[in-house]
Amino acid sequence: MKVALVGNPNTGKSSLFNILTGLNQKIGNFPGVTVDKKTGFCKLPDGRTVSVIDLPGCYSLYPKTQDEAIVSDILSDKRNEFHPDLVVVVVDVTNLKRNLLLYSQVADLGIPLILALNMNDLAEKEQIFVDADKLSELLGVQVVKISARNNENIQDLKKAIANAPDFAIHSSIYSIPQASQNLINKISHEFDYDNEYASLLLAHQYSTAKHLSKNAIDQLDQFIEEQQFRSKEQQVEETIWRYTYIDKLIKECVRITPKPSKPSLTDKVDDILTHKFWGFVIFFLILLLIFQSIFSWAEYPMALIENLFSWLDEVGHQYLPDGILADLLLNGILAGLGGVIVFIPQIAILFAFIAILEDTGYMARITFLMDKLMRKVGLSGKSVVPMIGGLACAVPSIMATRNIENWKDRIITIMVTPLISCAARLPVYILLISLVVPDYKVWGLFDLRGLTLLALYVLGTAGAVFVAWIMKHLVKGKIGSYFIMELPIYRKPRWKNVFLTMFDKVKTFTFEVGKIIIAISIVLWVAATYGPPSRMESITAKYESADLINNYPSDELERMESAERLENSYVGILGKTIEPVIRPLGFDWKIGIALITSVAAREVFVGTMATIYSVEGSDDDTSNIRETMAAAKDPQTGAKIYTTATAFSLMVFYAFAMQCLSTIAVVKRETNGWKWPAIQFGYMTLMAYIASLIVYQLLS
Amino acid sequence: MYFWKQSITMKLSDLKIGQQGIIKEFTDLALSVKLMEMGCLPGESVCLERIAPMGDPIAIKVSGYQLSLRKEEASKIILHI
Repeated sequence: MKVALVGNPNTGKSSLFNILTGLNQKIGNFPGVTVDKKTGFCKLPDGRTVSVIDLPGCYSLYPKTQDEAIVSDILSDKRNEFHPDLVVVVVDVTNLKRNLLLYSQVADLGIPLILALNMNDLAEKEQIFVDADKLSELLGVQVVKISARNNENIQDLKKAIANAPDFAIHSSIYSIPQASQNLINKISHEFDYDNEYASLLLAHQYSTAKHLSKNAIDQLDQFIEEQQFRSKEQQVEETIWRYTYIDKLIKECVRITPKPSKPSLTDKVDDILTHKFWGFVIFFLILLLIFQSIFSWAEYPMALIENLFSWLDEVGHQYLPDGILADLLLNGILAGLGGVIVFIPQIAILFAFIAILEDTGYMARITFLMDKLMRKVGLSGKSVVPMIGGLACAVPSIMATRNIENWKDRIITIMVTPLISCAARLPVYILLISLVVPDYKVWGLFDLRGLTLLALYVLGTAGAVFVAWIMKHLVKGKIGSYFIMELPIYRKPRWKNVFLTMFDKVKTFTFEVGKIIIAISIVLWVAATYGPPSRMESITAKYESADLINNYPSDELERMESAERLENSYVGILGKTIEPVIRPLGFDWKIGIALITSVAAREVFVGTMATIYSVEGSDDDTSNIRETMAAAKDPQTGAKIYTTATAFSLMVFYAFAMQCLSTIAVVKRETNGWKWPAIQFGYMTLMAYIASLIVYQLLS
Repeated sequence: MYFWKQSITMKLSDLKIGQQGIIKEFTDLALSVKLMEMGCLPGESVCLERIAPMGDPIAIKVSGYQLSLRKEEASKIILHI
């Protein structure tokens, strides 16, 4: 049996889902869209196991967001693979009237139902008493009072699920107006719908329904035209009718003892948290805390992971026989895997914060505070958290955009977040700044190098705002976008929920994004290791000749060989091929190679520079690389390569370019296809190219 | 006198903080469906609770909970005062 949980947002539906399924749950996407699909299994008192699906929160079956559209599609279409056998409608008793609107719509679809009255603890505190037996009698369904947050009466709900009949025992609530009857009959006949309300829903929203063919839509267009069906007027009429019905129900079944109205705790907290001054101060401090934790606290576990992988690599090199297979295993797969695992601390920490912000109700206040400012540039108030996260790393931040309900706001946030200078750009910036910017104090106070670094951060952020503003005019929203949003009451975070969110996000990233990252990093590694066989053979032969072996110490010889190998690998050849294109930016083919290898991750630039210039010393110590780069000269003209113009051009290039395959992989996952990552890679590379061109031409 | 007072109408967006009104009608059909789904029904009383620091959006108390909406959306709701 398939059971679906349906309800308004903030009704405790997810808490109930977590209690029913425990850790026995799976998170994925609904097909074709990036809306979380949570499924799990629940054991009933009679020993049966049922599958449970937690449908996204929604206010009505007339969808205003992508999330709501999914619920409407699943419940109204019997052929949908997620169409449930039983629906548990979860309602918040403290806001029964609004919650019952959705119930009444779902009831008309003729699916067997159970009504779960949640938040009874709160309701009784507010002197709201519901006569569940009476309600059950009037509705003709089982009604169960629960409190998911306190884990109360869950057993009763499970019993009710076990006792639920296979057919709907309630009668339909809303009767289709006479004027539309013809149309509904036609649709029911033509599309084989046995429920009138499902046919009516189709008449209202066929233009956005996913499961219809072009042909079917044309046919419906024609029906609607013929019958002069006025969708919006009908919806208004129906909604008012339903509320009249609900008013009567509430009058009969709910007793509210009026109490003197005094400001609630939520009101008092809101006075501070949305205050003109303190509201922003507190928000800023919270952002600072989040930034601090993913920027510096995550360093420790990340360093541990990195050390573990370099230890594994060492052990592997020691014990595995030399050869292509060991090479692939260690430098390709193991390195790729390390590149995935290393993100886990940041993802876990960021999502712990986000779960707490959502759970307590503060996230809605962030939107409330920031909406006006962010809307100007085409973003949502909720874009602030991902963009601040972008200062540390775009990968978890882009995953965090899922909290933005509006599709257009979400896409724009995803598209601009990688422009915010992340931690991986720092090694590149620091190397280049120390190369060309003198260590000098401006007015004896500000460090010129520090100021340059700050300027790069400002540049990235300004770029993000600029692109967001442009995209605001270019991207078209799919479903009408309203801001209208509930400001839920403040509550304590549910730690179990916070933990589950962290766990799920880490799991999703590792298995779904991880495989793309590993695949691309293997391709990059192969391209940087192998080249045309004839060239590679001649290099091997050259370094085996006695001439060289006798004249150079073995470690220097090794470095020379790897430099030459990289130069002649496929990546090296590609780097040389693109030289004419990047020449105007002040880059030579060696930089070209580093640009390509650092698509894996920006910080790889430093390591590649070390290899190309066959510099001795470890990756951590960049002073040798810096000296070698500072001394590098053009073999033909003898001019310095890393002039101020080239270095600044390169820094600006890194500020804007999408040099990060993990980001590409996560954008692919979060937008459900290669279209948006391709657009993003394209526009960022173009933007980087143009900006670097301007910088180089101005400075040189 | 009472009835005269009842007939004064204004937009929700023009309400002052703490001021109350009864929803009379909506001037945007598509928006009205969404608003009703959120509990803003004709005849329902609303109170302006707070205004965001930058002047927009606003938060109202309606049918027992706090709802926030943009001023532009609020201007489509006509109230009796």
